[in-house]
Amino acid sequence: MKAVNPSKSATVLIYGLCLCFFAAAFLLSVSVGSISISLDETLRILVKRVFGWGTVEGISESNITIIEAVRMPRALLAAMVGGALSISGAAMQGLLKNPLADGSTLGVSSGGALGAVLFLVSGINLPFVQELGLTLTSILFSFLSLLLILGLSYSIDFQLSTHTIILTGVIFSMLTGSLTSMLVSLSGDSLKQVVFWSMGSFSGKGWHHVLIMLPFFIGGSLLLTLFSRELNAFALGEEQARYVGVNTRRVKLIILILISLLIGVSVSLSGTIGFVGLVIPHMTRMLVGPNHTRLLPASLFVGGTFLMLADLASRTLFSPAEFPIGVVTSFIGGILFIYLFYSRRNRKGGDEHA
Amino acid sequence: MLEIRNLGVKLGGKAIITDVSLELNPHDILMIVGPNGAGKSTLIRAVMQLYPYTGRVLLDGEDLSRLKPRQLAARMGVLAQRHQLQFPQTVREVVRLGRYAHQKSLFNTLDGADLGKIEAALERTGLTSLAHRSVLTLSGGELQRVFLAQLLAQDPDILILDEPTNHLDLKYQIAMFDIVKEWSRADGKAVIAVVHDLNTVFAYGTRAVLMDKGRVFASGDVDQVLTPDNLNEVYQVNVAHWMKNLMEHWG
Repeated sequence: MKAVNPSKSATVLIYGLCLCFFAAAFLLSVSVGSISISLDETLRILVKRVFGWGTVEGISESNITIIEAVRMPRALLAAMVGGALSISGAAMQGLLKNPLADGSTLGVSSGGALGAVLFLVSGINLPFVQELGLTLTSILFSFLSLLLILGLSYSIDFQLSTHTIILTGVIFSMLTGSLTSMLVSLSGDSLKQVVFWSMGSFSGKGWHHVLIMLPFFIGGSLLLTLFSRELNAFALGEEQARYVGVNTRRVKLIILILISLLIGVSVSLSGTIGFVGLVIPHMTRMLVGPNHTRLLPASLFVGGTFLMLADLASRTLFSPAEFPIGVVTSFIGGILFIYLFYSRRNRKGGDEHA
Repeated sequence: MLEIRNLGVKLGGKAIITDVSLELNPHDILMIVGPNGAGKSTLIRAVMQLYPYTGRVLLDGEDLSRLKPRQLAARMGVLAQRHQLQFPQTVREVVRLGRYAHQKSLFNTLDGADLGKIEAALERTGLTSLAHRSVLTLSGGELQRVFLAQLLAQDPDILILDEPTNHLDLKYQIAMFDIVKEWSRADGKAVIAVVHDLNTVFAYGTRAVLMDKGRVFASGDVDQVLTPDNLNEVYQVNVAHWMKNLMEHWG
């Protein structure tokens, strides 16, 4: 692989382009749908809503409602979930020195989903903060899953080689997935909920979901970017990180907590959307290089853009039918995963155990 | 400056190192020699606080276990045996991380002095022309030099080298130890090196420790430690005979 290490001006240009694509994807997401609203009307509604400028006279009430109450929150949530999954994927890959690590390949997402379903099935009813309770349970289960998966991998293979950790993750995913399905079928809920947790969807999400997501998203990703240097060190291996002076035990724990926050909140709001955290950091690394000071923020934008477009595809390709967004991301991600796995094997002559 | 007192390490209930005591003085190049499994790498990891141990490790009288990882790294640095990398970082990015221990806060960036040390380390190890290359494209020997450069940028008081010349051909073996020797002459600097090649020990070592089965078999001046009798007993082969054969072959 060629070294990617863009100059300062190139980096600014790349960030600028990322921002433009992001804005374009957002505009497209709120404008296109089963009821198509012209770009001109969309822009006027957005400008009026965000900046208070201009007027929305002459635009039908229903169009305004569709954009303000339905599509805007949905697109924003998709953008934040995409960003959260991507930045946590990038951080996890650096932390574990493992380009194949991601919330879905490690089974963290399915752990979070199990927590959310447990919360729903348990019938706990919290006044006003029901959804927050669901989210917090999901975050807690994501964190416990991470600890369990890493603990198990360490005990099998101290070097934490790529294969061991992925295999542990796959087995853990299957286990938690089956528990989730079991819970849902025992509780008598419709099959639809299983589909939601196993494939993910943004269907029917509103502003209050955006409000739940926002603090976790901003806090989690901001704090993660503060650890870019430490992640650069971890990307050389945990022992080497320690030798250059990183407090590996503490930093690792903090980063794992932040990753769990981001993945847990995403899963609780949109189900498990697989492979985003794998695909996006990989693509972004080709764009801005592996240095986490650039990789983390860039992943945020690229991931947000990607998931908004994937959500757009999921609700428009076979309109009026809508298929789960996880289908789109898993399809793309699965292919990339196979490619990565084989190209790495070939590079190392089939042996990549440390 | 460094004092190891009665160090013992048990891993998984098995004693890997028993009752090892060593002392390191400024300008020393202390060579640790011994067969595979003698506990040399474990000793290094324990001194660097990666493994729990019994006994004490003192640096200028201060217990190493009291130091934070950053403080420890500012004073002691390790060149590990092997590196397996996954991401295409550039050579310079890897070397820059050597300054991590000297950056005080989360927001502290590298200043001019830091950058100077990084460039000097690249220069000293002959990597300036490779500084923009991805580490994934380097040979094992080049990679080893990258981490030596990182270590020189880190600029600790004590360098610990764990079989540093494993991937290097003869020319770079000599080059690496020339760099290390020159470095050890500076004020308050010393080196510990785990080495298999006995010639290197004689050429560069100021003192030697021969380890066997997790214990110190002999320690002191190189000539007194690496005697034919000691080597024969520890390695279970006639080392002197082996070396003589080579010399006779060359006449």
